[in-house]
Amino acid sequence: MSRVPLPEIPARTPDRESEKRLSEIRREALRRGAVNAPGVTPVGAPFPKASASTGYYGIPMLKEPQWTKEVPLYFFVGGAAGAAAVVASAASLLTDDRALVRDARLVAAAGGIISPALLISDLGVPSRFLNMLRVFKLQSPMSVGAWTLAAFGTFSGAAAFANLAREHVGDVLPVRLLENLSGVLASATGTVLSTYTGVLIGATAIPVWNDHVVTLPHHFAASGVNSAVSILELLGHDDSRALHLLGIAASAFEVYEGIEVESKRNIVNEPLHKGLSGAMVRAGGILSGPVPLALRVGALMTGNEKMRRVACWSSMIGSLLTRFGWVQAGHASARDHRVPLKLSEAQEVRKSSQELAA
Amino acid sequence: MSTVPAIQQTGKSDGHVNGHDGKITAFFTDSTLCIGCKACEVACKEWNQISEDGYQWSSFSYDNTMAVGHSTWRHVKFVETPTTVGLGGNAAGELQGWGFSSDVCKHCEQAGCLEACPTGAIVRMEFGAVFVQPDVCNGCSYCVVSCPFGVVEKNPEDGRAFKCTFCSDRQKAGLKPACAQACPTESIKFGEISELRAEAHDRLEQLKARGVDDAVIYDPVDTSVKGIHAFFLVRGDPRAYNLPPEPEIPTIYQKKAWKSAAVAAGAMLGATLLAFLGENRR
Repeated sequence: MSRVPLPEIPARTPDRESEKRLSEIRREALRRGAVNAPGVTPVGAPFPKASASTGYYGIPMLKEPQWTKEVPLYFFVGGAAGAAAVVASAASLLTDDRALVRDARLVAAAGGIISPALLISDLGVPSRFLNMLRVFKLQSPMSVGAWTLAAFGTFSGAAAFANLAREHVGDVLPVRLLENLSGVLASATGTVLSTYTGVLIGATAIPVWNDHVVTLPHHFAASGVNSAVSILELLGHDDSRALHLLGIAASAFEVYEGIEVESKRNIVNEPLHKGLSGAMVRAGGILSGPVPLALRVGALMTGNEKMRRVACWSSMIGSLLTRFGWVQAGHASARDHRVPLKLSEAQEVRKSSQELAA
Repeated sequence: MSTVPAIQQTGKSDGHVNGHDGKITAFFTDSTLCIGCKACEVACKEWNQISEDGYQWSSFSYDNTMAVGHSTWRHVKFVETPTTVGLGGNAAGELQGWGFSSDVCKHCEQAGCLEACPTGAIVRMEFGAVFVQPDVCNGCSYCVVSCPFGVVEKNPEDGRAFKCTFCSDRQKAGLKPACAQACPTESIKFGEISELRAEAHDRLEQLKARGVDDAVIYDPVDTSVKGIHAFFLVRGDPRAYNLPPEPEIPTIYQKKAWKSAAVAAGAMLGATLLAFLGENRR
């Protein structure tokens, strides 16, 4: 099948070496009538094997995720939008900062529009998105997510609309009521939107995601708060102490998550430490954890606004990298047949086959 | 229903179970009888009109199909045990072994794909099959990452997910699935599930009596998958055939995940409120 990735064939022995060894064997056979030493290692050896210790020729047992790039991008946008809705409600409830409330509502509403667009783009045929809404299935995180997104889009849109209307028609009760009510509903669905993506990928058959089923919802929530705060600060709310504190809290939690991910080292978590996915997850972790934390604390102590801006950009890029990194890790994990087949001795087998090749 | 009886009768006179008599059906693939002819693959492709799946050589075995997928619903695995290079001989232990086994969707008792499907496209048929309704599937590909056996796959050109239908159309008409019909050695057996399970155990006993003591039945009833509607009899460790020892349905992790999400959502809300609590009203 053309779409199954071929297992990697270890270092090849050059033809010349085998030919030389064959000549030696022939000479020895002529001279002594028998050859006791092992023969040649053919080009491409050791070949993938089908056995209890190697699985089926090393062909991946699981299928790789087939989401397009839009899906991790949606994880980022949806996560930030959900957190922005919470910020909007908190700011409207506890402060008089109308500008911050307006921008937070707009960021949430923009996320509520962009997110379904990204998902529809992933499905290929736009009308197929409607099939998501033909049933509500609590059992399926994807269904819960689709409905949450639909509700969030509606409420965050209504809240943003009411907020803008309030500026034009004045502070009348029905408009204020609409804004506050839909704002509360948007933040309630927003918390789900920012966290469910962790459940979505955690509760799957992909080993590396599955192994972090408890970590992922926290991780994605912190990542969402971090990027929402950063977007709002970059939109000109860098005088808000609350956003600054929230940014510090989210970055600090990301530091903790980073340590947790780094300290767990086993065959299941290999994609988080090695290869492209490992580099992405690690870079994402550093950019959304220690870097913004240090910069924000520095900004708090020295009052340097530039440091705060750099922290914002770092958090956003880190959050984006984290989402892409985790999806990439899922690909790498699905390709590793050793984990689902529980090939405990797989490491040893690989080592011995490398020795054989050498 | 009025047009069905003629065919249905043919099915019944054949002695096969059909979709109308309320029985739960299953496949029992006895790999000790498989000769690797791939008639099942061909019959499946012909009946279900599946597209070609490319011409690519695996370069390490005679199996060039490699895995079941959106365009391969039956797949014969070739477990080749080569002789040790340079030490080849004619003693029994040194002879080349060649095992075949026809792989297929397992139609799990607790199916990960079915539970994950957000549109309700994946349903359980009355005879136990797990069926993807192509007119409802929207191509979200969540079933792909939820299958513990790596069976269901999205067709990138069509954009929807496909897998073995258990020939639901044929079963409804009282016919055997195409692969079981085409199998020349009756390696693929089709019938009522408990009868087939008994048959599998009889066959295992028979083989053991003949000295084939490495034969095992692969049917993970003790895992969260709760058994499969397509079980296998293979020689040696089933892992050589890419059959996982402990397949788990991902749904069992949801409770933990949602609990964690609820805590995260609460923390998010609390932290935000706390941060703004310190803000002075201007």
